[in-house]
Amino acid sequence: MSLDEPLSPTRRREVVRQAWSVGVASGTYGISFGALAVAAGLDIWQAQVLSLVMFTGGSQFAFVGIIAAGGLAAAPAAIATATMLGIRNGLYGLQTSQLLRVTGVRRLAAAQLTIDESTAVGIAQPEPPAQRLGFWQTGIAVFVLWNLSTLAGSLLGNALGDPRALGLDAAAAAAFVALLWPRLKSRDAAATAVLAIAIALLTSPLLPAGVPVILAAAAALMIGLRHPGRHEEPLEGGDGSLGGADPVP
Amino acid sequence: MSLWVAVLIASLLSVAVKLAGYLVPESVMAGERTRRVTTLLPVALLAALVVVQSVTGDAGAIVVDARLAAAGLAIVLLLLRVNFLVIVLAAGALAAILRALGWG
Repeated sequence: MSLDEPLSPTRRREVVRQAWSVGVASGTYGISFGALAVAAGLDIWQAQVLSLVMFTGGSQFAFVGIIAAGGLAAAPAAIATATMLGIRNGLYGLQTSQLLRVTGVRRLAAAQLTIDESTAVGIAQPEPPAQRLGFWQTGIAVFVLWNLSTLAGSLLGNALGDPRALGLDAAAAAAFVALLWPRLKSRDAAATAVLAIAIALLTSPLLPAGVPVILAAAAALMIGLRHPGRHEEPLEGGDGSLGGADPVP
Repeated sequence: MSLWVAVLIASLLSVAVKLAGYLVPESVMAGERTRRVTTLLPVALLAALVVVQSVTGDAGAIVVDARLAAAGLAIVLLLLRVNFLVIVLAAGALAAILRALGWG
């Protein structure tokens, strides 16, 4: 049996079901993003543009988190941090472009949908047609649900009133802990986190908001570029799962 | 820079980075050292963001308040494998309660 022949209806349903369960699980976190975005001072449209165009959860949380901490003056730091957090999507694209083999408008759409979840579900499938189906279905499911729930969250956030009394700033702190947690699976990752925390603690009182976060990127360079032979395997598991993937898009 | 300009620049850069993965030859980005650094980059940035969000106050001073308690609760709930959205809600609720009681 060729691996490239069309999927059986059973197999097709299986992949679609997997894609949409991942989509529902991750997409609904958009509620917390929308609420935190308006608490940070963005309007509903700005929050929605981030979910439609930026469309990568970690970067979106980082962008609004830094704006919340430093206001408009921190905008360059917010842009830089969001972009650095998005670099992994470019690396996923190296892999997914091989399995999708798309051109033109479809390539643009595929690139925009290239996030943790679509990549993970796509590359987890053994046969190429299922890889393509898994990627597209997951990407579309997360995109639709993430955007709908962002709108729900920002409307809710606007209706709720004083963000501090509601603990929304603390909810943002918890969100970053939860985004970091699944990535702490190797000693290199733990060492990087400790070093980054130290850099942020030491430089925060001295520098404008947002800048300490950019400086902390040096922790990744220091640990990642240490002499070879002392590193562990990359986080990506052999089973096609993304060990360090965000719990949000 | 207005907030709109910042939102648009950051959003378009995100799209550009994603598209680069489809257009740039693999050899440019896939070196062993590059891969290690790019794997660790989100760890460093998110760890620093935890600090900024949980213990820095106005002008960057270190402040211990309800946010740190919420971050601590998040760690406990993560150890218990609780869902992301529940963690965020519980952390917000804890801070709201602490503040209603007059602390943090």
